[in-house]
Amino acid sequence: MPEALIYELSSPGRYAVAFPESDVPHAAPPDGLERDDLPLPELSELDLVRHFVRLSQYNHSIDTGFYPLGSCTMKYNPKINEDIARMPGFAFAHPLQGEKISQGILAIMYELQEWLKEIGGFAGISLQPAAGAHGELTGLLIIRNYHRDRGDHTRTKMLIPDSAHGTNPASTTMAGLELIELPSDARGNIDLEKLREVCDDSLAGLMLTNPNTLGLFEEHVQEVVRVVHECGGLMYGDGANMNPLLGIVRPGDLGFDVMHFNLHKTFSTPHGGGGPGSGPVGVAQGLVDFLPAPIVDIVEPGDEGTAPTFGLVKPLKSIGRMKSFHGHFGMHVRAYTYMRMQGKAGIRAIADHAVLNANYLRVRLRDAYEIPFDRVCMHEFVMEGMWPDAPDIHALDISKRIMDFGFHPPTNYFPLIVKEALMIEPTETESKETLDAFVEAMLKIADEAHTSPETLRSAPHSTPFGRMDEVKAARELVLCCRPAYIPKA
Amino acid sequence: MAYIPHTEKDRQEMLDVIGVERIEDLYDAIPEDVRFPDLDLPPALSEMEILEELQRYAETNVNTKHFHYFLGAGAYNHFIPSVVNHMLLRSEFHTAYTPYQPEISQGTLQVIFEYQSLIANLTGMDVSNASHYDGATALAEAVILALHEHRFKRKKIILSPGINPQFREVVRTYMQGLDLEISGDEDLENGQDNLRSMIDGDTTLVAVQYPDFFGHIYDFSNFAEAVHAAGALFCVVVNPLALGYLKPPSEFGADVVVGEGQPLGIPLSFGGPYLGIFATLDRYVRKMAGRLVGETEDSRGQRGYVLTLTPREQHIRRQRATSNICTNQGLIALASTVYMSAMGKQGLRQVAELCYQKAHYAANEIDSLGGYRLWNNDPFFNEFVISCPHPVAEINDFLLDREIVGGFDLGRTYEKLEHHMLLAVTELNSKDQIDALVSALKEFDHA
Repeated sequence: MPEALIYELSSPGRYAVAFPESDVPHAAPPDGLERDDLPLPELSELDLVRHFVRLSQYNHSIDTGFYPLGSCTMKYNPKINEDIARMPGFAFAHPLQGEKISQGILAIMYELQEWLKEIGGFAGISLQPAAGAHGELTGLLIIRNYHRDRGDHTRTKMLIPDSAHGTNPASTTMAGLELIELPSDARGNIDLEKLREVCDDSLAGLMLTNPNTLGLFEEHVQEVVRVVHECGGLMYGDGANMNPLLGIVRPGDLGFDVMHFNLHKTFSTPHGGGGPGSGPVGVAQGLVDFLPAPIVDIVEPGDEGTAPTFGLVKPLKSIGRMKSFHGHFGMHVRAYTYMRMQGKAGIRAIADHAVLNANYLRVRLRDAYEIPFDRVCMHEFVMEGMWPDAPDIHALDISKRIMDFGFHPPTNYFPLIVKEALMIEPTETESKETLDAFVEAMLKIADEAHTSPETLRSAPHSTPFGRMDEVKAARELVLCCRPAYIPKA
Repeated sequence: MAYIPHTEKDRQEMLDVIGVERIEDLYDAIPEDVRFPDLDLPPALSEMEILEELQRYAETNVNTKHFHYFLGAGAYNHFIPSVVNHMLLRSEFHTAYTPYQPEISQGTLQVIFEYQSLIANLTGMDVSNASHYDGATALAEAVILALHEHRFKRKKIILSPGINPQFREVVRTYMQGLDLEISGDEDLENGQDNLRSMIDGDTTLVAVQYPDFFGHIYDFSNFAEAVHAAGALFCVVVNPLALGYLKPPSEFGADVVVGEGQPLGIPLSFGGPYLGIFATLDRYVRKMAGRLVGETEDSRGQRGYVLTLTPREQHIRRQRATSNICTNQGLIALASTVYMSAMGKQGLRQVAELCYQKAHYAANEIDSLGGYRLWNNDPFFNEFVISCPHPVAEINDFLLDREIVGGFDLGRTYEKLEHHMLLAVTELNSKDQIDALVSALKEFDHA
């Protein structure tokens, strides 16, 4: 049953929070600028707690069930991260209070930068970007500035494979660069011949997600890098799929010049229902001076007895500031906690078990579902959510039906190069029992698709809500609830 | 290995199914010369150890629980009711992702719809999106909206010097590839009259801040008319908490309202994650970036919510999208939704008024000390500028010894404002704290 809206629960005169009376002499209100009415709801604390708790119960979440949403790396979010981020010395420090009284915070940011450099094989890191897409824009602006700094004003073309996440082309446009799409070959790799054709002195760089969105490691990655570098372009790595590379290969060693990490995917910070994320950007030696300001550095070296002094510095040719203050420190400290608890051995184990889990699912599902690029995958794989002998069934129907078994559906209809795509990423934190239960459900659904397709077409059956009318939402466009007593302007 | 459930037996059974001997065999596609680097990382710590170590790191940072803060400049120390954190810690909210599957995401979707409603009502605008990264990036997105509205034919953006300097910096970073003219803020003295004279037919957007970076509050009604007469969009950067007491910018004719949502129940957290507020008029909704939730019905006739107008977004339109933004600040938007609901009609007004009252008391007391002077007599909300008899850094060091974090040193950002301090006062500053600040300032001047 739907939950009432917060405004519908409002009753004039109720309140949840009271404040003390003013303890200072009264000041005259601002002339002509005082507000007449404040149309906010009025509820008791219990009413609003019940409201939000009930709403929470309508969500599927990692903590309530398996969440194999491809490309999103829905791994377990450790509880200790939350406790540490809430320590007063972290949660209640002001971003402008000064470096000298924030040394513990800066030390964490510095060490996180160092670890990300080490894991990615980069020479410099900025923790400023707020999310993956924000990191992409940052990295592309770095590439643009690098070329312009060398007087190379004609390099405006970014090559992007057709399997790329939609943020890649959108970020390219925002950075003032021009997009050239590259096709994939039969094994899901970049088409090398086509690449050689389009590489010339107008090339700014190539944006590559590796492993790509099919979950496949680009087999000719070193050749791709060589071709791009030879014609003067830079390699941008979309680090969305970094999880299976931890301790396995460093993108910097493969020749990537710029890459963003997703702390909310690879390093366990919670996805929060869609943010806040954190998208640190790593760069190779020649690009360090272009990083967005500020970054954390040692401003006074320590010695055996004393710790170094950390400060916020602006790189020499910085592209500028990408957001207020210093990035999502609250996410940095969570990622730091996670990495420190994994240590060197644990970091590698993450990749190993993410890859093991994905391949296990791939092999167990390959007979029932068509996997168009069927080779050993990394952390995820993509299969078709359709069968020639079950013409009425689409990926969407499979996705809706899997909800009835208590699982979140895979990512569907992405990447665009697979028909009716279902993209499955189990992550390393799932047990074999969970994977087996998921396989059983998926096999049953494949069977139902042929024997009782209507069961899929009308799914989900056991969720509190049925399929939503998205056309009605877009046509009627109700985006806001006004309190009944406020006439809409 | 923390958080990995596999036993040796599991691993073996799974490898057998896959048909390889060892996990290493799954990495054949990776070039051998760079495979399995020997990483220089510290060994693992247990939960017990990390807790102790990070407790030590945490304790080295001064924070609002132990010191008295009069520092704002874009991030504010407000009271956050307990209920906010408890709702954030609901696993179902914080371990879910973007609500792509509405049947099992109604919690997140309805919360975003309520967030949109609360922000629209607070700002007086028609519609709010599901949020941006922070106030600065929301302002950059407002510029992008205006560029789209004028089909990139107008190239001039006018920014008031009263806009948070970091916001202005971010706009310039975002726009550097787009061949635009960004002006207005080169001179601190550029008030409404000067800015008005710069507006022309090439101007796509004019932005001001309310209260501005120095705390001032001005009526922009006539100014907005001039902006509109030139066919440009008028954007107002707000402190949303101030709107609990002050006229909403819709009454000045704002086309876009953006702002830093941090004052709405978000901990300072050394600068993030915060919340980018973005609200606008119905006529611009299709050009607005960011996620948007709309009301609809499910197959059983129940009211429900979905992500809507997605064709504006990057995953559909790719390079022709309104923006590259993918997620919003979901959990932070939830925090502000719970905060606004808990404060409600009376509470938010009360808090905003307390900030106003206390700031005016503090400003009067400091101004009457003699050595310190209020910069000007313009009306202000909860921040004000004091010209000081000594370098601000020295004053702040002196205050720090008395467990007071003083104001923002404006000389660091504005050449003309050397020896000027921007002080912020909130409901959390008691009269005793203010009096302690005032007497410390007096003591330093006479020392």
